Amino acid sequence: MSNRVAVIGVGQTKYASKRPDVSIAGLLREAAQRALDDAGLTYADIDAVVIGKAPDMFEGVMMPELYLADALGANGKPIMRVHTAGSVGGSTAIVASHLVEAGIHERVLTVAFEKQSESDAMWALTVRPPFQPSTVGGAGGYFAPYIRAYMRRSGAPADTGMRTVVKDRLNALKNPYAHLHQPDITLEQVAASPMLWDPIRYAETCPSSDGACAMVLASESAAAKAPGKPAWVHGTAMRSEPTMFAGRDQVNPQAGQDCARDVYKAAGITNPRKEIDCAEIYVPFSWFEAMWMENLGIAPLGEGWKMVQEGATGMDGDFPVNMSGGVLSSNPIGASGMIRYAEAAMQVRGTAGEHQLDGVRKAMGHAYGGGSQFFSMWIVGSEKP
Amino acid sequence: MTDAYGVVSRPVRLDYTFTAGKALSRFLTIIEGGKIIGQRCPKCAKVYVPARGSCPTCGVATAEAVEVKDRGIVTTFCIVNIPFPGMAVKPPFAAASVLLDGADIAIFHLLQEVPVENVRMGLRVEAVWKPASEMEMSMESIAYFKPTGEPDAPYDSYKDLL
Amino acid sequence: MRDVAVVGFAQTAYARSELELNETEMLMPVIHQALERGGIPQKEIGFTVSGSCDYLAGQPFAFVMALDAVGAWPPIRESHVEMDGAWALYEAWVRLQCGDIDSALVYAFGKSSLGDIRDVLTLQLDPYYTQPLWPDSVSMAALQARATLDAGKATEREMAEIAARSRRDARANAAAQVTGDFNADALLAERYISSPLRKHDCPPISDGAAAIVLAAGDLAQRVSKRPAWITGIDHRVEAHGLGMRDLTASASTRIAGERAGVGEGKVDVAELHAPFTHQEIILREALGLDDDVRVNPSGGALAANAVMVAGLTRIGEAAQRIIDGDANRVVAHATSGPCLQQNLVCVMEGRS
Ligand SMILES: [Zn+2]
Repeated sequence: MSNRVAVIGVGQTKYASKRPDVSIAGLLREAAQRALDDAGLTYADIDAVVIGKAPDMFEGVMMPELYLADALGANGKPIMRVHTAGSVGGSTAIVASHLVEAGIHERVLTVAFEKQSESDAMWALTVRPPFQPSTVGGAGGYFAPYIRAYMRRSGAPADTGMRTVVKDRLNALKNPYAHLHQPDITLEQVAASPMLWDPIRYAETCPSSDGACAMVLASESAAAKAPGKPAWVHGTAMRSEPTMFAGRDQVNPQAGQDCARDVYKAAGITNPRKEIDCAEIYVPFSWFEAMWMENLGIAPLGEGWKMVQEGATGMDGDFPVNMSGGVLSSNPIGASGMIRYAEAAMQVRGTAGEHQLDGVRKAMGHAYGGGSQFFSMWIVGSEKP
Repeated sequence: MTDAYGVVSRPVRLDYTFTAGKALSRFLTIIEGGKIIGQRCPKCAKVYVPARGSCPTCGVATAEAVEVKDRGIVTTFCIVNIPFPGMAVKPPFAAASVLLDGADIAIFHLLQEVPVENVRMGLRVEAVWKPASEMEMSMESIAYFKPTGEPDAPYDSYKDLL
Repeated sequence: MRDVAVVGFAQTAYARSELELNETEMLMPVIHQALERGGIPQKEIGFTVSGSCDYLAGQPFAFVMALDAVGAWPPIRESHVEMDGAWALYEAWVRLQCGDIDSALVYAFGKSSLGDIRDVLTLQLDPYYTQPLWPDSVSMAALQARATLDAGKATEREMAEIAARSRRDARANAAAQVTGDFNADALLAERYISSPLRKHDCPPISDGAAAIVLAAGDLAQRVSKRPAWITGIDHRVEAHGLGMRDLTASASTRIAGERAGVGEGKVDVAELHAPFTHQEIILREALGLDDDVRVNPSGGALAANAVMVAGLTRIGEAAQRIIDGDANRVVAHATSGPCLQQNLVCVMEGRS
């Protein structure tokens, strides 16, 4: 019943605040064509397409899979559109992988994107019915209080978030697709940047990017014909919990813990910090690296910040995180989760170029969304599961 | 890259009529009169404010109305330093999660009458209502929250509600 | 493929405008009913997936609050498609094929009344070439109807008869919104609203929700006396531009129908998601349904058309015929996009 799934092609666009040189369809095709080239395939070889993105209001196109069907070569084929808030890039890849795992298709093209410049994303996020409580100040205003709660709970030094930013932005210099390239970034510079939503500084937030990421997922027999080395999917998991409820722990959400437990179990991992060589984790605000290290059970409770402080999440640390520069360096919202998954696959395939680590056998991709309530994760390996 | 391309702005306008729903309508009708009601879950007994008609964890309808106090504890907060579209107050200001006495879930609201550097977790605060003529069917009937002057709540008393 | 069946179905009574309840309140009783009928408690459901649309609700992340109707605690395995609930059911069916879980809850909700649905659906069109011209959904369907009439594949009388039959049949459906004993002659005497479409050729504007419980293998047999086994399910899309396809036929429905195995046995009942009368004629042809197949005994989308829900409802209505023992083999169909651009076909059978 359960068939092996491999990533045989990965494609990304250059991430930038505006990509006026391409249409929405053109943006997706840029990533999709690169993924197909990588897999040695054409659109004609694809059995089904699964796309994902965050709210339609970011581009002003309702259910864009309809308009995009032609551009993605989907005519006469199945196409689906996933939307699970910020985790959607990850969930989209998982839905696509299930089509292969279930034995329904041999080769599935999956693409996630956001072209925020087509619309006013800030506006799209602030549309709210007149009677709904105001979130007082956007995504940063929503998450900042929980970061404060984490700081209080863990006693983490105040510069923890800044260290993550500097690490990620320096990593991004080795990633030609990254949106932000800040060669001169220093702790002092981050510390001096404006405090937007105290305790979040401007330099500790992700950019707003246009971009798309695509992968070709294949069955074992299709992977055998691929020109490059595949990344094998060892496990996938998705978990959700409600937005607001009495006693909800938004710093260390149960859904994240459960999702991690599921994905480790699926991949046969008992000691994630040891057995996973590196991870691409969804960190839109600097402090989330430390927080997610605990949530994922990589660090003991209350000690995620120590991994950041000790450099464990750096390129030469024992658990490198966000070698690509992460969400802090590029954030095409709907695509950000899939980029994490794709970058994890690139690491085990050995195709990450300048930000490639040595000898990666297992890597993790992670995405989350909503009010830290939707989680999706996968683990890929260089060997068959 | 941007400079090489012309950009045409094409506004789209869609009007919607929203439905607050049974539970929220009741909450809004009552808050216009200067009172705050929540609903108790018949299964887990938690009190939700504002009432939304369901307990999100039990997945059951809530009906029993419970009045909660217009004062409570700042469980956590952030200081907003940037202007934002639709913002009512000039930054910097504090936006706080306020756990009202009698409720099991915090609401998010504005803090005033306290310098932002003095805002802290555990601070006791109370609602400052708008004048009767300006009261409306909205959380904005509460102009903001301000410190009560009571001693801070101990961290242990709200740490599980962060 | 692993055996998966519909074991529970519930829906709201559809209304032109649900003013009292918000989406969560509207959805919750439906979920409870479907779970009860399916005989699987929420806490034992393996996978939950929904279909809905932000532009229908007029706010981003509309599906997030709807999760409050589920009771997602402890955290659940969950997903969402920005598509009609029929595609959520497809995702659930695929998920069950992976073999590690045995049940799924699928739901969809939609209030078509909140905005002007004809305008809202315009946002589905190509944003550069078509959307700026602002063609509305009824006018586009009228183009298709005109092409179908001109091709000699339908007559206005046949269309009126479909409307009359659907709304007559809908009298037996407690969930239906538009019902009554209409007469084709009287309907044909009415004026056009978008020629060649008259009011009766168009779906009502509906608010509502529906939920389905799926179970695999032994579990389905244990919880249901007569599960509606899914023997085939497939969906296909075709060209977006109306000028790029034959509007009088539905190639994507034909492919999906063939792959789902519609023609591999006698079909007792077909629930077709045809919001406009002429589309039923196109769909019947695409699926190769004989004249003796009973189409839309529920009244179909002409009796109630909650956008994002109506497709899932077709699967539920068709499955219910099997669960109730009224049919042995049924076909359900869902559509999305302008003029039947995307289509899903699901074949179900009773085995006892
Ligand atoms: Zn409860």
